[in-house]
Amino acid sequence: MISLTSDIRTPWHGLPAGPKLLALCLWTLALTWVQVVPVALGACAAVAVLYLPGGVAFVRQGLRLLKPLWVFAVLVGGWHVVTGEIAQGAVILLRLAAAIAAANLVTLTTRLDTMLAVVERALAVLRVPPLFRKRLALAVALVIRFTPVLAQKGSQLVLAWRARSARRPGWHLMVPFALTALDDAERVADAIRARGGA
Amino acid sequence: MERTITLIALFAALIAALGLVPKFDLASGVPITAQSMGFMLAGTVLGAKRGALAALLFLGLVALGLPLLAGGRGGLGVFTGPTLGFLVGFPIAAYVTGALAQGWAAKGGFILPALAATVGGIVVLYGFGIAGFAVVTGKSIAASTAIMAVFIPGDLIKAVLTGLITQGLRKARPDLVVA
Repeated sequence: MISLTSDIRTPWHGLPAGPKLLALCLWTLALTWVQVVPVALGACAAVAVLYLPGGVAFVRQGLRLLKPLWVFAVLVGGWHVVTGEIAQGAVILLRLAAAIAAANLVTLTTRLDTMLAVVERALAVLRVPPLFRKRLALAVALVIRFTPVLAQKGSQLVLAWRARSARRPGWHLMVPFALTALDDAERVADAIRARGGA
Repeated sequence: MERTITLIALFAALIAALGLVPKFDLASGVPITAQSMGFMLAGTVLGAKRGALAALLFLGLVALGLPLLAGGRGGLGVFTGPTLGFLVGFPIAAYVTGALAQGWAAKGGFILPALAATVGGIVVLYGFGIAGFAVVTGKSIAASTAIMAVFIPGDLIKAVLTGLITQGLRKARPDLVVA
């Protein structure tokens, strides 16, 4: 399972995850007070500067993660062109870009295991019972392990359909696809019970 | 207990896999992702509580940085973006869908699970989605609703398909599917 963590080393990779997450919270909160274009532009520029130590390839990764924002840029931008409040639309979009880019920076520079460690520590601090934490850890491991397995089985269903039909694979495949997940769940449950249970 | 955990985990994995296998054409030529249908199915198949937990588990892993949302998106960025309301709404939508589907389970057919998916996966989900969009972008509720309305027809198709798929699953594994 590939996570979104970047292979390109930046100084931010070395920082502990907890403070990075805290800083992100404060930054996102602070952005809600931004109301004018120059400040919003400045916020975007500040985040962009943080991407620079990673070099050109790292900046490109960051920009790729921002791509889904284009749909909203078109939707929101179009709306504001129609209503004539172009400055307000620009502030909204810049603020979004600054918040999302900062969050992506934390994701790009923090490994999955350190993120999981933060969650575990937080749950321990919140006095979540150890048995629940153990079961959550098992569930997380199962999702990470079985997502590629199910994706592959889904692709095999599509191939099997293609081998037999000239029509395109449709929603009918969803029934056998969901069945593989349900049946796998049964078998894994049996296997876990046979090994002493969860 | 083991079965509850594996069903929740495997359904979360199924929702993720639906975003990774882009080849399922839901209606010919309509480019809609099957992933949001996974949340409706989590409700109708697993029931309210387990369905909501599967949705929560999936979203937790997305937040931790796994690119599991359709199109390979993920990470903390999606939780600060304009779709925040939909992400918050997914587990609740799965819960409502599941609660309704469970209540109507005895009657069978595909219409009632489809109706449950419509109420949970569209009415409840869009309630959260539109409110979230309004908060993040600072727009009025009316304006946000107008912008979001373009996605509703696709989701209506998914709700009907959820009913049909649930009916198929119930026939195949009568003791596994709650609705």
